[in-house]
Amino acid sequence: MAYLEGSNLVAAYGVVPILHECSVKVEKGELAVIVGPNGAGKSTVMRVLLGMLEATSGSVTLDGNDISKLSTQERISLGLAFVPQNKNVFPSMTVEENLEMGAFLRTDDIKKTMEEVYTLFPILYEKRRQLAEELSGGQRQQVAFGRAMMTQPSVMLLDEPTAGVSPIVMDEIFSNILDVRDAGMAVLMVEQNAQQALNIADKGYVLVSGRNEHTGTGHELINDPEVRKKFLGG
Amino acid sequence: MSSDSIDIINAFALLTNFVILPALSYGSQLALGALAVTLVYSVLRFSNFAQGDSMAFGTMIVILLTWFMINQGWTISGIPTALLVIPVAIIGTAIYLLSMDRLVYKFYRRVKAKSITIVMASIGVMFVTGGLVRFILGPRPQIFADGERFIFSVREFKAFTGLEQGIALKTSQFLTVTIAILLVAFVFYFLQKTKTGKAMRAYSDNKELALLSGIDPDKVVTVTWLLVASLTTIAGALYGLDKGFTPQQYHLLLLPIFASVIVGGIGSPLGAIAGAFLIAFSEVLLTYAYKKFLIYLLPLSMHPTSLVQLIGTEYKYAISFVILVIVLLIRPTGIFKGKVLVDE
Repeated sequence: MAYLEGSNLVAAYGVVPILHECSVKVEKGELAVIVGPNGAGKSTVMRVLLGMLEATSGSVTLDGNDISKLSTQERISLGLAFVPQNKNVFPSMTVEENLEMGAFLRTDDIKKTMEEVYTLFPILYEKRRQLAEELSGGQRQQVAFGRAMMTQPSVMLLDEPTAGVSPIVMDEIFSNILDVRDAGMAVLMVEQNAQQALNIADKGYVLVSGRNEHTGTGHELINDPEVRKKFLGG
Repeated sequence: MSSDSIDIINAFALLTNFVILPALSYGSQLALGALAVTLVYSVLRFSNFAQGDSMAFGTMIVILLTWFMINQGWTISGIPTALLVIPVAIIGTAIYLLSMDRLVYKFYRRVKAKSITIVMASIGVMFVTGGLVRFILGPRPQIFADGERFIFSVREFKAFTGLEQGIALKTSQFLTVTIAILLVAFVFYFLQKTKTGKAMRAYSDNKELALLSGIDPDKVVTVTWLLVASLTTIAGALYGLDKGFTPQQYHLLLLPIFASVIVGGIGSPLGAIAGAFLIAFSEVLLTYAYKKFLIYLLPLSMHPTSLVQLIGTEYKYAISFVILVIVLLIRPTGIFKGKVLVDE
């Protein structure tokens, strides 16, 4: 059984069905990417894994334990961390306070983790006393990422971490994600930039209308003619 | 000293006694109320129409406890008994406000009601609270100030300085300003430096991300009401010590308090305080009769014969409204760039 596993997830917003028996899994030290067209239910998978949306059927397990019935907060305290696509910082708080809030549940010394975040994103150290709303889009993304790291999670869920940033910043963010993966974290990411994301992914899921359409390693998917034709623009 | 310069000193002694000191203490009382409204708005996302009547409720508990203490003879000479019972009254008010939260507001939070819906609910709470106060204490004015009335009186001031005009410092004024400074300092320290305070700001900034950071929303809401109960009870008690207690008057305090919040910038604690003093000084400055003041300053030929009062005191609540309209027209975000009043 994989470290984090969502099996046969079925979910709906009200009466609108979104997910139909969709399954994803990710191991520690592995980067899994979910790609697919708009409205395929990519973000919904994350919301279900986090307990922000209740699945009508299917199960979520973490390290072999069923966490399907736990609240979002309980899942967070078990080691899940989430970086939402939008509104992923506390705008009227300083960079440092944003990071502190990430460590809200921790009772041990958070200084070391904060130093790690600052080493990963030196610009955040420079701007630690500035309000998050004063930062650029890319820097804000780094704050969001750093906030999630502060919980010292074992699984990191990222919803379109490169949305709205320049190609240079995108490369930077991807390299940060790989660093986190190499440090032994399980990383599951939803991405709009399918080509680039699958390029660095250990595992990829192509989701269409809430169903697993294709599954494989990143390279398998990129080299699959059908996937190329339908989702990667030829 | 020439008689001219003595006249100027007399004029300003007059102004200090009748304008500056009263406006400072009235402004402090409004500031505490406005801070409570700001906290509720920032964390719970609605404008609390029950603020004025909640202040009446808190003051009612202070009054009842004060009577009880005086009856038992448990007083300390020189100190207003009301001051001694405030901590207990805060607990009482907190229990009341938390009950209202559980009975009324919690439901609307759970169904994620629009903020205008919760505002309407708070109007209901306002009527219930006001009704309770009138039921228990009656609608008539109550005076509950005891102890030393003045830190120094006009007569003492005149004897000391030899001036024609005296300045009196009422105990209630001194207490109001001192306690307000301490309380505001505490609230700002709490919000800026403590973990719980930061969690409150985080929750107010981005509710979903706060949940994702493991912040407990129920705890944030409870702590907010505890702070609001303290501000509300203390603001009400200080206002009552200064000006006496009438349920209707407290109910009407909602107008200048809301005006302060909006003028200062909705959701900005600093703005609420600045707005409160702006409203307080405008009210007092515009309703003061300047006749005596001008007689000191102007040559005999120019002495005014009328009262030189810009607006009658009976219209003082209109001043809040006018300032409110002006601000909404020319700078809807308020002095400190708060939020604009729209339902998101």
